[in-house]
Amino acid sequence: MYHKEKSIQIKNSASSLYNNLGVLRIGPRRLTYFTVVHANVVNMVSASWDGLNYSHRQLQSKEPNVATSTSLIIQAAFCVLPSRELLVVTSQKGIQMYESDGSIMVYWHALDTPETPTAQAVFARGISAVWDNYICVGVSSGSILVFDVPSKGSNITLSEVLEEHKEAITDMASECSGSQECIADLVSADDGGNLCIWKSGEEFQLLNKIHGFDMSCSSVKLWKGTVVAGYGTGQIRLYEAVTGILHAEVNAHARWIYSLDIAPFSGLLLSAAEDSLVRVWHLNMTPETNSVEVAHLHNECVTDTQICGAKFCDADGYAFAVTGYDLSEIIRYTQT
Amino acid sequence: MSLKTLPLVFINLGGEMLYILDQRLQAHNTSDDNSEKGVWSDKDRKRVMNDITATMFSKDFVDELLKPQQLYSHRTLKTVLTRLAHASIMRLNPASMDKLYELMLMAFKYQVFLCPRPKDLLLITYNHIDTIRELVKDTPVVVNQVDEMHRKMIEVYSSLSEGEFQLLRQTLLIFFQDMHVRLSLFLKNKVQNPNGRFALSTSGPVPHGIYVPGLIRVFDSKGREVRRSQFPTGGTYSSSVKEGCFELRGDRVITLGVNMYTVHHPEETQTCKAPPVKEELNLLARLMGSMKDENKSKTETGFWINLFTTDEEEDQASDSRGADDSMFGLISIQAMQDEQAATELAQIAGQFAEQKQPEFTSCTKGDDLLAMMDDL
Repeated sequence: MYHKEKSIQIKNSASSLYNNLGVLRIGPRRLTYFTVVHANVVNMVSASWDGLNYSHRQLQSKEPNVATSTSLIIQAAFCVLPSRELLVVTSQKGIQMYESDGSIMVYWHALDTPETPTAQAVFARGISAVWDNYICVGVSSGSILVFDVPSKGSNITLSEVLEEHKEAITDMASECSGSQECIADLVSADDGGNLCIWKSGEEFQLLNKIHGFDMSCSSVKLWKGTVVAGYGTGQIRLYEAVTGILHAEVNAHARWIYSLDIAPFSGLLLSAAEDSLVRVWHLNMTPETNSVEVAHLHNECVTDTQICGAKFCDADGYAFAVTGYDLSEIIRYTQT
Repeated sequence: MSLKTLPLVFINLGGEMLYILDQRLQAHNTSDDNSEKGVWSDKDRKRVMNDITATMFSKDFVDELLKPQQLYSHRTLKTVLTRLAHASIMRLNPASMDKLYELMLMAFKYQVFLCPRPKDLLLITYNHIDTIRELVKDTPVVVNQVDEMHRKMIEVYSSLSEGEFQLLRQTLLIFFQDMHVRLSLFLKNKVQNPNGRFALSTSGPVPHGIYVPGLIRVFDSKGREVRRSQFPTGGTYSSSVKEGCFELRGDRVITLGVNMYTVHHPEETQTCKAPPVKEELNLLARLMGSMKDENKSKTETGFWINLFTTDEEEDQASDSRGADDSMFGLISIQAMQDEQAATELAQIAGQFAEQKQPEFTSCTKGDDLLAMMDDL
């Protein structure tokens, strides 16, 4: 179903972090941007669709105006809003937002770090664009920071802090940015496997809370009102977002799942784990019976590699890309 | 990221260090070299183990370790580990310490990488503690210190969630990132590939608490299962074995972190590098004749002299040394080994020059040998 293409070499190897691959497709310029986190650096590659041009850039996590202070980066992800696209980078120190090509930093938000280290690590993790003008970022305390993003410029402001989770946020996802009306448009997941379903607005509304099983949910997606969640048990669960009804459960992987992605136009689901396997599934929603079908389509084994990032490169799922711990390349697969 | 890595790092790396030192000091004990230096008695070896363990598990050290803090840099870590090693009567030169550090790190990287569940990092740590306890079992005072540290570990780490353990593991993996030093023991057992990467199996028992992949279950709105189907996993997985014990004593079940050097040949505590790094003395010895094995008696080996050293003849020389040759492509830990090699070379020189020299200085001997060859 898929075959391997030429890999893209990156300057450093990928670190073992959840969802460690960002992909942004720039149609008008026939380019795709990829981001991979390595310790305190984000490796950005801009790849032309004809496969002939690659340009690289590295972003470091630092507080602005402080030359020497660096910290470990936890996540880098593209946020697509109707009016603009931003690259959000989260670290132990705070949250940085860049123009999507990484050229200019437009916003910096420092995390409250205590003077003397407490037992709990402090960091930001979990990034999602929501609706027309919000970017939400999770924090290790369980808080979710909601930023209001204007259609251009750097006048980004912290609009709200959502305090619902008690454990560190792992991942967040949304759907229906801009175009359609959705009941729920954001899901947040934490280290205890708890899922919160939100409706965005001037004040975000908590629509539902799905309790976890004391097992971390490392990656989460929202599609057609269904939450797709990947866990440290290697399982994938599909819940109806608003009601919390469990539609399906898949014993998908033999190790911790690190990344999930959905191609919204085709309903293809990608799952990747530390067991070195990437799996492609198909989700079929039947609204009449309120059921979801999960069909397995394809496996790819990345030999001896603990995968940390896997994403479709387009909304149909025609191609996907994979990163692995200690691997200095982005591996690509395309449909045959 | 995680502020709780240091205790795990020190116990595991310190444990690996003790395994390696214990093994190497035993190797030096079996040499039938007549030289008084370079031979470590059982008593000496145990003293080294006790001294290092006592320092590592001393109350002050432990209390400092348990404070929430970021992981040290490699440089700082190596300095502290060197000081630990030197808490004993043994002295390691910087080159030895560098190699020892690489060995320790790669062994720990392997354990962290292959750790079945993040929580099993504790079992790996307890395996190290258990073995250390065995190494110092003749000294109750030190055993008590080890037990005390073990109790503190149980107290601090038992309540961590799997997510927190995974964060800890991710922090360690960043620390080990891009290290691909090949260990001869790992290569031999096929746990490491020639390119330095560890082998990941897609078969075998799944970790405890994980379900064997392959099953898809679909439910109705009342939570009843309406359908189940299987999918091809691309691997051959089986149910998990029982869970290891997280108490002070017990069967840990997983074997990562136990002493992997005890059952193997002494030369296994080696790293691999393509060109032999140990250098002038070896090259000189090769020019003079075959390198003598430590355990062979001096009078038995027939020395043959390679006067016109061509590549072909050098290859023949290396072939004839046999598979056990530890010098070709491998670097051995040199706790006092400089003197060993020097003594051997002195013996070679002694045979050639037909006189035995009690003192040895490599430079002059080397010059003499070369001068002799020039004369021929």
